[in-house]
Amino acid sequence: MTEPEGAKFIAAKMAPSVDRMVPLLVALLFLCLGAEAVDRSNFKTCEQSSFCKRQRELKPGQSPYRALLDTLELSDSRITLQLINDNNKVRLLLELYRLQGNMTRVKINELKPLKPRYEVPDVLITDPPTEPMTLVAQDENGLVLSLGVDEQRVIVSARPFRLDIVEGPTVLLSLNSRGLLTFEHLRLRKDTISHKITSTVGSMWDSIKSVFSSKHDADTEDGGGSENAEQAEDEDEQAVKEEEDKPGMWEETFKTHSDSKPNGPSSISLDFSFPGVDHVYGIPEHADTLKLKNTDGGDPYRLYNLDVFQYELHNLMALYGAVPVIISHNTQRTMGIFWLNAAETWVDISSSTAGKTVFGKMMDFVQGSNEAPQTDVRWISESGIIDVFVMLGPKPNDVFAQYASLTGTQAFPSLSMLGYHQCRWNYNDQEDVKAVDEGFDEHDIPYDFIWLDIEHTDGKRYFTWDPNKFAQPKEMLQGLMDKRRKMVAIVDPHIKVDSGYKIHNEIRSKNFYVKTKDGADYEGWCWPGNSGYPDFTNPEMRAWWASQFAYDQYKGSMENLYTWNDMNEPSVFNGPEVTMHKDALHGSWEHRDVHNIYGLYVQRATFEGLIQRSGGIERPFVLSRAFFAGSQRYGAIWTGDNAAEWGHLKISIPMCLSLGLVGISFCGADVGGFFKHPSTELLVRWYQAGAYQPFFRTHAHLDTPRREPWLFGPDNTALIREAIRQRYALLPLWYQLFYNAYRTGQPVMRALWVEYPKEPATFAIEDEYLLGKDLLVHPVTDEGAKGVTAYLPGKGEVWYDVHTFQKHKGAQNLYIPVTMSSIPVFQRGGSIISRKNRVRRSSVCMETDPYTLYVALSPQGTAEGEIYIDDFHTFNFEKEKQFIHRRLHFSDNALSSSNLAPDSNFSTAAWIEKVIILGASQPNSISLTAADGTKSAVEFEFDSAASVLTLRKPGVNAGADWTVLLQ
Amino acid sequence: MMTCTHLLFMISLAVSSGAAVEVQRPRGVPLSKRQFYEENKPFTCLDGSRTIPFDRVNDDYCDCKDGSDEPGTAACPNGSFHCTNAGFRPTFIPSSRINDGICDCCDTTDEYNSGAKCENTCKELGRKEREVLQKMAEITKEGFLLKQQLIQEAKNRQQEKQSKLTELQNNKKELEEKVEALRTVKETAEQPEKEAKERHLKAWEEQKAIIHAEKDKAKMAEAFLELDDDADGFVAVAELQTHAELDTDADGTVSETEAQGLLGGVDRVDTASFENVWNNIKDKYVSESQPVEPAPVDAPPEEGSKPLADNDSEQYPSDDDVQEEEDEDDEEEDDYPEEDFDKAPPTIKTPPKKDEDEEAMPPYDDETQVLIDAAQKARDNFEESERALRDVDDQIKNIEKEISFDFGPDAEFSYLYSQCYELSTSEYIYKLCPFNRVSQKPKYGGSETNLGTWGTWAGPEDNRYLVMKYEHGTGCWQGPNRSTTVKLTCGKETTVMSTSEPSRCEYLMEFTTPAVCQEPDAVNSLLHGHDEF
Repeated sequence: MTEPEGAKFIAAKMAPSVDRMVPLLVALLFLCLGAEAVDRSNFKTCEQSSFCKRQRELKPGQSPYRALLDTLELSDSRITLQLINDNNKVRLLLELYRLQGNMTRVKINELKPLKPRYEVPDVLITDPPTEPMTLVAQDENGLVLSLGVDEQRVIVSARPFRLDIVEGPTVLLSLNSRGLLTFEHLRLRKDTISHKITSTVGSMWDSIKSVFSSKHDADTEDGGGSENAEQAEDEDEQAVKEEEDKPGMWEETFKTHSDSKPNGPSSISLDFSFPGVDHVYGIPEHADTLKLKNTDGGDPYRLYNLDVFQYELHNLMALYGAVPVIISHNTQRTMGIFWLNAAETWVDISSSTAGKTVFGKMMDFVQGSNEAPQTDVRWISESGIIDVFVMLGPKPNDVFAQYASLTGTQAFPSLSMLGYHQCRWNYNDQEDVKAVDEGFDEHDIPYDFIWLDIEHTDGKRYFTWDPNKFAQPKEMLQGLMDKRRKMVAIVDPHIKVDSGYKIHNEIRSKNFYVKTKDGADYEGWCWPGNSGYPDFTNPEMRAWWASQFAYDQYKGSMENLYTWNDMNEPSVFNGPEVTMHKDALHGSWEHRDVHNIYGLYVQRATFEGLIQRSGGIERPFVLSRAFFAGSQRYGAIWTGDNAAEWGHLKISIPMCLSLGLVGISFCGADVGGFFKHPSTELLVRWYQAGAYQPFFRTHAHLDTPRREPWLFGPDNTALIREAIRQRYALLPLWYQLFYNAYRTGQPVMRALWVEYPKEPATFAIEDEYLLGKDLLVHPVTDEGAKGVTAYLPGKGEVWYDVHTFQKHKGAQNLYIPVTMSSIPVFQRGGSIISRKNRVRRSSVCMETDPYTLYVALSPQGTAEGEIYIDDFHTFNFEKEKQFIHRRLHFSDNALSSSNLAPDSNFSTAAWIEKVIILGASQPNSISLTAADGTKSAVEFEFDSAASVLTLRKPGVNAGADWTVLLQ
Repeated sequence: MMTCTHLLFMISLAVSSGAAVEVQRPRGVPLSKRQFYEENKPFTCLDGSRTIPFDRVNDDYCDCKDGSDEPGTAACPNGSFHCTNAGFRPTFIPSSRINDGICDCCDTTDEYNSGAKCENTCKELGRKEREVLQKMAEITKEGFLLKQQLIQEAKNRQQEKQSKLTELQNNKKELEEKVEALRTVKETAEQPEKEAKERHLKAWEEQKAIIHAEKDKAKMAEAFLELDDDADGFVAVAELQTHAELDTDADGTVSETEAQGLLGGVDRVDTASFENVWNNIKDKYVSESQPVEPAPVDAPPEEGSKPLADNDSEQYPSDDDVQEEEDEDDEEEDDYPEEDFDKAPPTIKTPPKKDEDEEAMPPYDDETQVLIDAAQKARDNFEESERALRDVDDQIKNIEKEISFDFGPDAEFSYLYSQCYELSTSEYIYKLCPFNRVSQKPKYGGSETNLGTWGTWAGPEDNRYLVMKYEHGTGCWQGPNRSTTVKLTCGKETTVMSTSEPSRCEYLMEFTTPAVCQEPDAVNSLLHGHDEF
């Protein structure tokens, strides 16, 4: 939840609906009512962010940077080279690595920074393994390095400095080709310290500098050529022209907030050009299209985790999370850039064909110019270093694998987490929870989790329970456990400053709070009022936090209680842009340096706590609002405080698709919309769409009317029940896809182009998507829709409507008439999808239920699929290899199940109750051969009109080898 | 993997007229449908859609579209399972709850193959339910008796009200006549009073004019002496010029021409002619004997009035006082009590002019006073009778209003009228004043919130007197006006049992009253009717 405007805060204070503070309320009422949507003035534009403004003022052209080729050092794992800025003579150190799995890492830092610059830790899962590079050629203009196979080379040009990665004759990617590399070196403030030093104790300053120099020399002593560098530098220093200070370099004010910037300017920037590329994706989170837009003439995309009250659609403003990864794609190749930097970041995108006027394009046509498209991407960050991973693909799945090898894969959720989640701000008390739980049974609607928002606590003191409303939490949790259901309770990372609150006292006494620039505990305003913010970047703090989830620490918790981390951008109601002051301190680092990774650390610490409380046995579940690169390892995220509007339903698709492309598969949007009251039609459509999105949770603002699924008349209850039941029937697919995401980094919910990379018609599609590669979903997202037009990809392929089994050809736009019960979904011909059609009241109840296999034949009469089974909730699949992973394969009229993981061991009671073959012809007989070789006949039915063959009760165990032969 | 067929049949123990009978039938089939499931005969789906061999009944595979072939397994998505629940109430559960690890049937029959440890709780549940129903029956019985009383009382009250109304209406007629009579008396007495007063005033005015003229004359003489500086018996131009306040063209000085003008065009005047001059200058003239008032700048009145206004705010009663006053009144117009105070402006007292003291009118002469007293008495009598008439009018209106409410088919709810019932929770005191309003007040300070005023009966069609709806309460932030639904249940006492806010600003109150208690017969049939056996 948000509402930094104070709206929620006031509402919370009013509970239950009593205007205790009438005068204040009235005053705020006017403030809030005026703000129908986001108040943009609360958030900076590039122009208002001084480093972005400074950087963006630089125009492409001659770069002042030059590579000093004589400083080249080449080892097995890397090369280093110094760069010099000819304007100020400051030197940079370039490091180049060739990484295993077809990646190149480019790192640029100051050769001798005044003090260390922040390098983001804890995101890479390991120090990426390198592969040797070889120097192929060198002259005074540059050098050529071989990246091993595929004729891939890196060309380093010296003057100006530029990198080109080429494959054979093709340039894949260029760095600094537009000359926008900028590295604001750390410096002392001229008008204060440095001048005083030069005039008074100048000699001391010299000696300080020489200490830094000699230290550096010692570091690089063995690497030859440093002496030269030292000499050269001395010369350079003579010629240094002092750079002019620009506004905002040493202090910046936004609204009433002042950023003291004791370290002065420190921003960095680098441009990348993708020749031949017209489509780039990624850099979430923005409420915008899947395909990234040209930012010429407007603000860049902003990455700065912020709690944005009532965010607007189709706007490049920053939202709650940031993943600095951009993916490029054309029919030939998919690549990615991972810009590992946690500071405020802006990304400019300009596309040289997209930007052309119609006239310009016509001139090209007339003059026969056949200029290939090109997309230029420029990254600007406020601090830190340049640390870039170029993921060279070439296929989409290669990029996913490359990124996964760097930052890890999606945490594998328990089955129940893939079920339906019932949430609201707030369920009033234990009786309310019980009544809602019973309502689901009464209306025969499955659900797995019920959620408690902030009102469940004792005065917004997390880890506690309201003594009146939730007096017996264990009783409540036991009641849910008896129904094989679970609960999530919110634990936010702001801690009420209250000497009677144990959590606060311990954090304070352990000195774990974030500090102000002056060293006091940083305090800000959030739900509990005045709050402290634990320093989650501190590993000791995280370990302590994790320990608080132990059953004996977190009173009232039980093993079916899980956690939700909200407000972890962090949200500070009275802070600049509703977040923390940039000059606040996390140990020796400024908040400026770590801002975008703070939320990841919160989720991580909670994730570790939930693992530890079960002794490392149970898979945890943590939902987070803020995120960063690597957050996929720790659980689920959702798109924050959306609204009950059709546009928000629509945008949930590209928002989750964008996240999936950069590793975060467990994504969802609040079903029904958080703010405002959805029409019944919108609510039903949202359930239908949400049932086919990875994280399926309804949520609503405190001030909205109740919206449990049975409150809208029996017809709508039936529609919602059916949508949720479709979700539960498909849980075997969801589970297998998440296992796949965990193993490979491939997104669960996929943009069409990922599976059809050579089909340009798919490149900008964002109103439909694939689950895995076999299920195409085109939810209805328009009010009063009578039909939708779905694009079915794949020339020569076929798709089967999963409801009617009707077959459609690929590579066509198909108009599908819809009614209120329609959820257009298609299964790809050539795939096998397993379902559990015995939908029960929670996923746990369905664990050993039998499977029905849906075999959708390709035009060639083949099909393939997988089935994955384990205990559905522990880490034993990983630690003990206790799982079943089987390949289901149909060809030559034989359907067989074979083991994909011979070294695994697990047994299941689940069996195959039915096989439905779509696009089949009538057999004479069907025989089943079991693992032990015994044969038996299988009864069947054939619907010749629909070409659907149904095998009655093969009855084989889901974990066994078997073959069914159609004769 | 496959559910074992030996579990196909169950033996159910049924108790009927004291004799134990074994009835064999497929698992999950209710007794009433036993005849459709004949062993070793092909089974026809109950919807008639197809016929299957009997060994496919309960074989854990769904053959019938209506789910009827799998009454005892979870195979059919639309099937249902019958729990006999001997000792309690038999029931159907969805097939999906068979062997799902959760005990649904109190006789445990739904969990025959899931490993769930279920205990047979039917007897206990049956006992408890009987207890509850018995208790309910007792309550209903007593409640129904109370209801009869309420109905009788309501009748009496209604009659009382009716006769009171008739009485009041008669009363009103009399009063109206009385008012008219007294109005005539009053008007008759007021005529001579008015004349006598006017006479007295006129005499006083005349006397005042004489006194005034004398005073002016004295002042003029004094002024003449003062102006006649050289004591030559004339006031000359130069002498006038010393009095700058007499300046006529506002240039600050009295020029010769101006002075001449004031003197009527001559250079000097004697005492006699001064009278004309005096009339021109007396308004401006400042006596030399009095010190000139320091700059006649008006003291800004705000300075004095501001603190006065602040002090005034203390006169406002605190919110609590207002609320209490409001509570005692039943009238809706009291919703904005503050208005009365808003209208009272802070009174700024202006000091009375001392000069006028001497000009107070002398008291009326005895004769006039007698007339005035007589008229006043007539006025008082008239007003009193008018007040009495208004009172009677109000009473009539109130009774008519009360009579107009729908107090139920037998007016059994009329006893709730003009009563209030409170419920105290941890944070708030809720108050239900039936047919009037619902409110909520924080226990520890803070003002009362209106949760809705009487709207309508809103129960289901068969008995709309089971639910009351109160609407249009205080508005919610970004939300609707507060409203309250009051659910009425049978009880001996008239009490608010609970309150909750299921949805933001929509309150729910549970309220017991004997007025909704049904005839005990209906409850008895409930108590005994469920026994299938």
